[in-house]
Amino acid sequence: MKQLFDRNDGKLVIAHILFAFAALLIGGIAGMLQGMVRGGMVTLPANIGYYELLTAHGVLMALIFTTYFIIGFLYSGVSHTLGGRLLPAARKLGWIGYLTMSVGTVIGVIVILLGKATVLYTFYAPMKASPWFYIALALVVIGSWLSGFGIFYQYRKWRKNNSGKLSPLFAFMSVVTMLLWQIATIGVAIEVVVQLIPWSFGWVDTVNVVLSRTLFWYFGHPLVYFWLLPAYICWYVVIPKIIGGKIFSDSLARLSFLLFLLFSIPVGFHHQLMEPGISSFWKYLQVVLTFMVIVPSLMTAFSMFATFEMHGRAKGARSLFGWFRMLPWKDVRFFAPFMGMLIFIPAGAGGIINASNQMNAVVHNTLWVTGHFHLTVATSVALTFFGIAYWLIPAVTGRVLTPKMNRLGIIQTIIWCVGMFFMSGSMHTVGLLGDPRRTAYTTYDDHPDAVLWMPYHVAMAIGGMILFVGVLLIVYNVIALMRAPKGETEYPIGEVSEASEPTPRYLERWGIWLGIAVALILFAYTIPLIDMLNNTVNSPGYVTW
Amino acid sequence: MHLHRLEKAWLTIGIAMLAIFLIVLGTMAFSMGVTPPSAHHHTVDPANVAKTAPFDNPGIKQVSDKHYEAVMVAYAFGYTPQTLEVPAGSTVDFIVTSSDVVHGFAIVGTNVNMMIEPGEVSHISHKFDKPGTYLLLCNEYCGTGHEYMKSTIVVK
Amino acid sequence: MSDFRPQLGQQTPIPQEQKKQEPVLKGTFAAVLLLGAFIAISWIGVFLIFMTRN
Repeated sequence: MKQLFDRNDGKLVIAHILFAFAALLIGGIAGMLQGMVRGGMVTLPANIGYYELLTAHGVLMALIFTTYFIIGFLYSGVSHTLGGRLLPAARKLGWIGYLTMSVGTVIGVIVILLGKATVLYTFYAPMKASPWFYIALALVVIGSWLSGFGIFYQYRKWRKNNSGKLSPLFAFMSVVTMLLWQIATIGVAIEVVVQLIPWSFGWVDTVNVVLSRTLFWYFGHPLVYFWLLPAYICWYVVIPKIIGGKIFSDSLARLSFLLFLLFSIPVGFHHQLMEPGISSFWKYLQVVLTFMVIVPSLMTAFSMFATFEMHGRAKGARSLFGWFRMLPWKDVRFFAPFMGMLIFIPAGAGGIINASNQMNAVVHNTLWVTGHFHLTVATSVALTFFGIAYWLIPAVTGRVLTPKMNRLGIIQTIIWCVGMFFMSGSMHTVGLLGDPRRTAYTTYDDHPDAVLWMPYHVAMAIGGMILFVGVLLIVYNVIALMRAPKGETEYPIGEVSEASEPTPRYLERWGIWLGIAVALILFAYTIPLIDMLNNTVNSPGYVTW
Repeated sequence: MHLHRLEKAWLTIGIAMLAIFLIVLGTMAFSMGVTPPSAHHHTVDPANVAKTAPFDNPGIKQVSDKHYEAVMVAYAFGYTPQTLEVPAGSTVDFIVTSSDVVHGFAIVGTNVNMMIEPGEVSHISHKFDKPGTYLLLCNEYCGTGHEYMKSTIVVK
Repeated sequence: MSDFRPQLGQQTPIPQEQKKQEPVLKGTFAAVLLLGAFIAISWIGVFLIFMTRN
């Protein structure tokens, strides 16, 4: 019997999904304009600054679109797999979290567009924004904590009522994701609440710059795994069902998530490799820990291909790669996430290069980095999220995906990949030539090196415009899905393959895993933090825009 | 936990490759001195940069044959001194701080690429073999004039 | 009613039956080796850029 998605839970999920796509649209307008400015195609009117647009773009895309989609998606899977409906307390926490985050988002966007927080989404001190910007960020983070508590609550109740049973994979992975988030956001919360808000109000004169950056990047690296893990949930749990196959290994999937919990946090220094105030030893140590977090992604790559191959061979494929052709290429619910998987290959390779200690000097703060994260979050994660929407919106609203919408989805995915190829491809190349990121139109007084970069900026602008068409199309598709014909859509949850081993209980002994995670964080950060607290000289604030 | 033999093989190969990368990077950093910038921790009072040695006298001075020391201050939106000139084949030790916000310090076409933070002194050395006019630019957003923030290094 | 049990394809097999064939995954192995080669080539490429600029 098909289990229908609970209508009240559906409202919570849809609220998150629609807010996410609204943020994508506004952020996308900003992004397209940025590309056109750097490409020399437009000049902005006097009251809009390039850096205001860039701040809005970063916040809306990297913090709002992502967080809202993720929380909506996780709540949907937790509702479906942990009892078929959220407990009242969990749903309440979901709504309170949503409202708190939304108040923060609105305040933040207003302050940014008023030009009082042109500090980009990393808001590095001692650039000093309006205190309302930092308050807005704090509200978004606190709201997300409440949302996480709702998921933990539902999970814990399920475990009590089902003692001895293995938890559903989707729910397990959701708990890991929100635990990761909870631990990671402590850093940025301390930075914002303890350091920046009092300083921006003027209650304190100076700020410890090195400490603030360290707290930010303690958060900033696991942030990208907060984005990635929900995409991995789709790849591990949903995609096997969509292709008509089975999950390759339940235990290895859980183990990979636990490895992310352990190794994605004590690694923030790889974003600070070119900075003073941190010794070479601790930089290298965190680089070693960073390389360990590559391993669960190597495991995931194997699991994905294995799922596809086992499915294809079960259908009769015999050659080395013949099973590849048996995948449902014409189904956008598979095709979009698959393109996300494929593009994760260059995306991840670029990340390994970025983290490579002294080698980071080749790419630090160049457009290569921008190219990198447009592959990781803006393609692998985004296309997976787009692919999810085509079944999630119908499943939670009692509708069905039509063949026409499916076709539009395929087209949107291709447009996205073409635009990203031009934009990110140019960014990677011109970044290797030294072109800086986060910089408005300039030729540095026609210096020959800078003039050489311009053709790449034109290619980036064209790629950006194609991507904007892609943004319009996905927003259109989301609206169309909200008005799709009524019907029943099953929530796709994969079954585990017979070849998979039984799952060891120790994978759900949270105390052990959290203990190791905390120990690694203390190991990687204690001594450098003590050094920062003892040996740094604080700085006054500045408003340089 | 049981792994398929091909998964064991793949993870062995993958982890070995990552280990090789780490050994190469670690050896270069700790045996050959090719570290990330600012290996030694030096601080300075960011509110009094102009009065604190050596930043009270920014500029380039010769230390020995083909070896120079360049003391520079980054600010919104430029560098002091505005240009530098050295003969080809010289090694220059850059000693840089900021008198306001965080800036970048990147010489296009070289591995000189480091962050300049108020309260901290950044160090990097580079040997300029090829003559030319090198573009030194700020690659960390620092305010409205960020895209104009640059300097040149003339190597003759 | 939803099924809360672990979603296995079958019950846990008796130990003697567990000596099954491992699934054929040579295509997977080839694919991940290509992925590994991509990582290696791109890393070495940037490493060479770093070395020539030093």
